[in-house]
Amino acid sequence: MAISQQETVAPGFGPGMMPQDSRSVTDLAPIRRPWRWHIAVFLAPALLVYSALMIVPLFETLRLSLFTSKDQVVSFVGFDNFTTLFGDPRWSQGFWNALWNNTFFFMIHMLVQNPIGVGLAALLSVPRLRGRAFYRTAFFMPTMLSFVIVGFAWKLILSPLWGVAPSILAAIGLKFLFGPWLGQETTALTALSLVSVWQYIGVPMMLIYAALLSIPDEVIEAAECDGVVGAAQFWKIKLPLVLPSIGLVSILTFVGNFNAFDLIYVSQGALAGPNFSTDILGTFLYRTFFGYQLQLGDPHMGATIATVMFLIILAVVSFYLLVIQRRMRRYQF
Amino acid sequence: MRQAPILRMRRAVVHTLLGGYTLIAILPVILIIMNSFKDRASIFGHPMLPPSSASFSLIGYQTVLKQGDFIAYFENSMTVTVGSIFLILLFGAMAAFALTEYRFRGNIFLGLFLALGVMVPIRLGTVGILEIMAKSGLVNTLTALILVYTAQGLPLAVFVLSEFMRTVSDDLKNAGRIDGLSEYVVFLRLVLPLVRPAMATVAIFSMIPIWNDLWFPLILAPAEHTKTITLGTQVFIGQFVTNWNAVLSALTLSIMPVLILYALFSRQLIRGITAGAVK
Repeated sequence: MAISQQETVAPGFGPGMMPQDSRSVTDLAPIRRPWRWHIAVFLAPALLVYSALMIVPLFETLRLSLFTSKDQVVSFVGFDNFTTLFGDPRWSQGFWNALWNNTFFFMIHMLVQNPIGVGLAALLSVPRLRGRAFYRTAFFMPTMLSFVIVGFAWKLILSPLWGVAPSILAAIGLKFLFGPWLGQETTALTALSLVSVWQYIGVPMMLIYAALLSIPDEVIEAAECDGVVGAAQFWKIKLPLVLPSIGLVSILTFVGNFNAFDLIYVSQGALAGPNFSTDILGTFLYRTFFGYQLQLGDPHMGATIATVMFLIILAVVSFYLLVIQRRMRRYQF
Repeated sequence: MRQAPILRMRRAVVHTLLGGYTLIAILPVILIIMNSFKDRASIFGHPMLPPSSASFSLIGYQTVLKQGDFIAYFENSMTVTVGSIFLILLFGAMAAFALTEYRFRGNIFLGLFLALGVMVPIRLGTVGILEIMAKSGLVNTLTALILVYTAQGLPLAVFVLSEFMRTVSDDLKNAGRIDGLSEYVVFLRLVLPLVRPAMATVAIFSMIPIWNDLWFPLILAPAEHTKTITLGTQVFIGQFVTNWNAVLSALTLSIMPVLILYALFSRQLIRGITAGAVK
């Protein structure tokens, strides 16, 4: 579909199509020009690769979710796969569990990552602060590491075998808090969410830090003249001004969290143990699509789960863009 | 500069908080690297101490380099990352140039069409991608990974590069055209050199998720000769869970290239993020 789009565009530059763009000389020339093939040449590679490997597979996935195969025969089943996923206890239990865990995973990010990110950004933007570049570099470093490294590193650190975590806790008098967090059903997901927060805190911090820096000095000076300083200045002046950035961070976090996979797979395996307590949509999709242990993989149910994930992300992103972002008050300086 | 005591106090509080978080951010990594150079007894006996002449040991590295082909994994990762970044920059810059320089029917539609990929993760098309790769015989090749990562990186690259291409002076391009340069030469000789800083930003941004990805190597290219370092580390550590020396050394080996690159480019990277956000 998209490829033909690109082809239909090319004749569009043909004679008689006088561009209104007055910026470039070629466009101003009042002669009938031949087709502007160079536009097609410039666009073709990007559109080809992007369409063939992103758009076509996405629609192929959506299409596959409407079919099923039995004994090598593929047949159209409409929305049956979705009813199975939501209703059949063999599937729905796993699905709702993964969806709920994923929501919890996202909530922890919102509740921990954003406040700490805003706090660190606010501290970093204190004027005339020494060592700012060092702090920034250190805070952003974990974001550069892969989930494989982060997952294993924290698995070792939190392991009761090694005893690093208990000895650190003992040093600040909190040893009684320690437990085998990754091994307990009640704490594993929280622990992994916090590891993910640890890794990604650099992104909100950096974006909000940039937003804080872009507040003009006049606004701050005016606030100071009115006696709004310190904490009041932060809450009443700066925070409202960086709200759009916080919104952006939230939506980025949402998209990232709802297709997360690597961290759970690396630290808990494809079965997302203990007892599926850390199973999120990404690991659920992987198990369904590729199978695990004795269960065979099922591309059609896999496609169904991917479709549901797509719809969830699409719904939330559109809601954010169309409803929240439009109502957000923006200030232009 | 003389400061009132209350100000100095506040400054101290700020530094304490920032320093505290610095510890949280880097201590885990330091622990891993430090302990990879120690013998087994001291890893467990004194995990918080740096290696001393008595506890120093390279036994983990010897195991790792004997068992896993980390050099080959590293080369695969380099090939995939460099190849994808090259294609992302080339194709992305070409498309961005076409979209910002010319007006033609479908311009806005194509811009939106490409923007879709910024929001929708490419992983959701995995089922379809694997089908295409199986049909074209590209499973277990590095080409498959390069193509997928190019598709993944293009939307953001076009978006960012378009922003910068709008700032290139029209007079310059038109002067080139009057001198008889073709559109291709205008693009290659005049525009590309001027957006080089933006290309560097895009390159660094696209590089991190490609180098670190586990999903596509696991699904599209899990064979021994195409394993990337991320997948290689994952598989290797999975086999050696109980050999702590080997696990810590393997982790350190895959942390090191990233840390070195980060140390070299952190200034550029951070400037890129903050500049993009301010815009």
